[in-house]
Amino acid sequence: MDWFLQQSINGLALGAIYALIALGYTMVYGVLRFINFAHSDVLMLGAFSAFYLTPTIAGALGTQTIATAFVVIVLSALICALIGVTIEFLAYRPLRKRPRLTVLITAIGVSLFIEFTGQHEKVFGAATKPFPKLLPSRDLTWGALHFSSNDLVVLVLTAVLLLAMWLVVQRTKVGMAMRAVSYNQQAAALMGVNVNAVISFTFALGSALAAIAGIFYAMRAPGIEPLMGVQPGLRAFVAAVLGGIGNLPGAALGGILLGLLETFFGGMPGLSNYRDGIAFAILILILLFRPAGLLGKMQPEKV
Amino acid sequence: MRGKEPLFLLLAVIVAVALSLGSGAFNRYYLGIAIDVGINVILAVSLNLINGHTGQFSLGHAGFMAVGGFIAAKLTLVCGAACPENLRPLLFVGALLLGGSVAAVVGLGVGIPSLRLRGDYLAIVTLGFGEIIRVIFQTSDFFGAATGLTGIPKLTTFGWAWALAAVTIYVVTTVVNSTYGRGFIAVHDDEIAASAMGINPVRYKVTAFVIGAFFAGIAGGLYAHHKAVISPSGFDFIKSIEIVVMVILGGMGRTVGVIFAAIILTLLPELLRGVAEYRMIIYSLLIIGIMLTRPQGLFTLGRKGATS
Amino acid sequence: MSALLECEKVTIKFGGLTAVSALDLRIGERELVGLIGPNGAGKTTAFNLITGVYRPTGGKITFKGRSTAGVKPYVLSLHGISRTFQNIRLFGSMTVFDNVRTAMQGNRAQGICEALLRGRTFIESERKVEREVVELLKIFGLETFRDTLGTSLPYGDQRRLEIVRALATQPRLLLLDEPAAGMNPTEKQELMKLISFVQEKYGIAILLVEHDMKVVMGICKRIAVLDYGVKIAEGTPEEIRRNPKVIAAYLGKEEA
Repeated sequence: MDWFLQQSINGLALGAIYALIALGYTMVYGVLRFINFAHSDVLMLGAFSAFYLTPTIAGALGTQTIATAFVVIVLSALICALIGVTIEFLAYRPLRKRPRLTVLITAIGVSLFIEFTGQHEKVFGAATKPFPKLLPSRDLTWGALHFSSNDLVVLVLTAVLLLAMWLVVQRTKVGMAMRAVSYNQQAAALMGVNVNAVISFTFALGSALAAIAGIFYAMRAPGIEPLMGVQPGLRAFVAAVLGGIGNLPGAALGGILLGLLETFFGGMPGLSNYRDGIAFAILILILLFRPAGLLGKMQPEKV
Repeated sequence: MRGKEPLFLLLAVIVAVALSLGSGAFNRYYLGIAIDVGINVILAVSLNLINGHTGQFSLGHAGFMAVGGFIAAKLTLVCGAACPENLRPLLFVGALLLGGSVAAVVGLGVGIPSLRLRGDYLAIVTLGFGEIIRVIFQTSDFFGAATGLTGIPKLTTFGWAWALAAVTIYVVTTVVNSTYGRGFIAVHDDEIAASAMGINPVRYKVTAFVIGAFFAGIAGGLYAHHKAVISPSGFDFIKSIEIVVMVILGGMGRTVGVIFAAIILTLLPELLRGVAEYRMIIYSLLIIGIMLTRPQGLFTLGRKGATS
Repeated sequence: MSALLECEKVTIKFGGLTAVSALDLRIGERELVGLIGPNGAGKTTAFNLITGVYRPTGGKITFKGRSTAGVKPYVLSLHGISRTFQNIRLFGSMTVFDNVRTAMQGNRAQGICEALLRGRTFIESERKVEREVVELLKIFGLETFRDTLGTSLPYGDQRRLEIVRALATQPRLLLLDEPAAGMNPTEKQELMKLISFVQEKYGIAILLVEHDMKVVMGICKRIAVLDYGVKIAEGTPEEIRRNPKVIAAYLGKEEA
């Protein structure tokens, strides 16, 4: 039972990060109907932004203080929002009217470009760098459960962000515009929605979330390197599809589910080696029974 | 050239074997690259049957390649010692065929979900299968776990690689150009109209996966016996993406374009060796540039009609 | 005359909506039957039921005396039901020739092994298919477009090509889904001639779904009228023309 609870907490903390990344995939899919492969690299760039910002900010606001952590996270999110918008503007916008496959391959190209550029010795270099401690981490013990205070912070912040996202999409004007564009881009444009602005906003929002997720992920990881985004990115992508791509609560649910499953299987003796495969095996099983994901709606083709 | 295709195939195979016999005269480095080209042509042409002709977006081709590579390599490693020298080629063919067949069976397993899934969902499921296959090899001690297999006899020659590339091209084009094979393209164009014309989409999709996987398996076998070393990490999702890029740059469903793309994309990194530290950056910029300027593929001229 | 196609009390519900309700329809060999009705009356749905795209939630459909329950669309096509589509669904990447050739499956196309071995039977069978396609294209005046992309033809020719493609499956029953949609009066005239010609030359049964009353009245001997999924009338064009229910359905009910 303790083991179960312990794994649940670890899984939730990991799943929350996946959920944050998955939101970015699913929002972009919602408005543009394509999978933004470069999303996982924005996550990596977020972690690196924090890596380079921390010493400077810490110099001004003190090491491992809440103020430093807050400023670093916000600035990294802003930087990545800008990067996300730029990527969309340069690489995806010219292809707006082209088949989705073309955009998908372009996205793969962008992803490879960021990864290979990052690996260049004059940029980040391929070696793993230790990620600075943003917050004083304390090991908490509660009964037989052990967890780091960072896990708790990540969990709470993610929950807050997920709720904020939901409010943005459901309660604000720009959120309504996002939903309109995802429902029918042409009709939205005719109704006076500035489609380009909405798409840019979506990329900014998704990329900011990815940056924050990247920092959280880096806090748990042994270090950061230019390919660090690939694995969590892939998982988050699976999570988004699992929940029903294009569906926000679906992405959150998919992320948390995947984090839990991965942690449980990873913690089971004999199965830990198969951890990577099991996430996909479960995805395939679920898609076989619910081809549109857990919360996605099947749209039968009209004859 | 209706009806003359077998002659062309025969000719291509003879040329490949003849060149191979004189291959001692070539620089070993260039010969190695020529073999890489042949293997990549097999991979790209076979994936083109699934992604291009039949329109099923698969991201798991490296998985089929891994199956073929590991099975074939294991067979020659186990039986190699007991096999007399003059029977070596026979063992090699047997290994390749076994690898291809097992990959085809796996392809059947992957093809079945494609009956229910479309587009992005199918792409992610095939990607998932590819990763699962990789993880299975990674955890299997029989196949050397994470290190993979080493000391595989270098049996792949220029002749084998190019002759089998010729066979792959022959099989895919002949099948697709037959009246029966038009069904693949019909499924790609419009599944509902295809079923109304007596075409069973399920059968065609699965057939495409089985044939595609078979040749990917053969390519994997050739690759293993060319590099002498294979590890599961070499068959990851980046490898699948590389093959997909060849198919897309060549122009989906256009075999000639795909062959050219496979050749150029294999040679490109070698040509960029002088600027080695930038070559992958240039490679990725090229993909973006081509998609922005020639999204229909590099080697397609004019109309979209000819799908051969 | 024994019925080629028989629908008995065929019903389909989508959620709470009954799209087709207890439809009875018989089509005999070599008969040309019209199915008309206002927009959203369930005509295309009836088509999709007959061709196996949808499964009825009630009732029974038999073709050539055999139930079609659970039979896949492609099997029904091989058994002899062919169709065109309301929103033209040609094979987008194929030439006119290949669009027609693709429809020649069934017993006329050889399998993969035969294609690879290229034996004499295979070559002969492929030549025969080619001859048949060319002949069909000639009959329908499309042979000059043989190597043109099907979807790049003028609109009327695309409709014609779709009919040719459907005929290439050698159907016993041909379903035409609003073939006159989007056509001008001259094109409609030509289409009416074409349909009668097809029916006579190939001796097949045709079910014509049409929104345009004139087209149907002009060529069909028997017409069924659907409204809100219910068959409200059936008879000769003359009977249908005078039927008050039909008039009400088309012109709106007058308050009595």
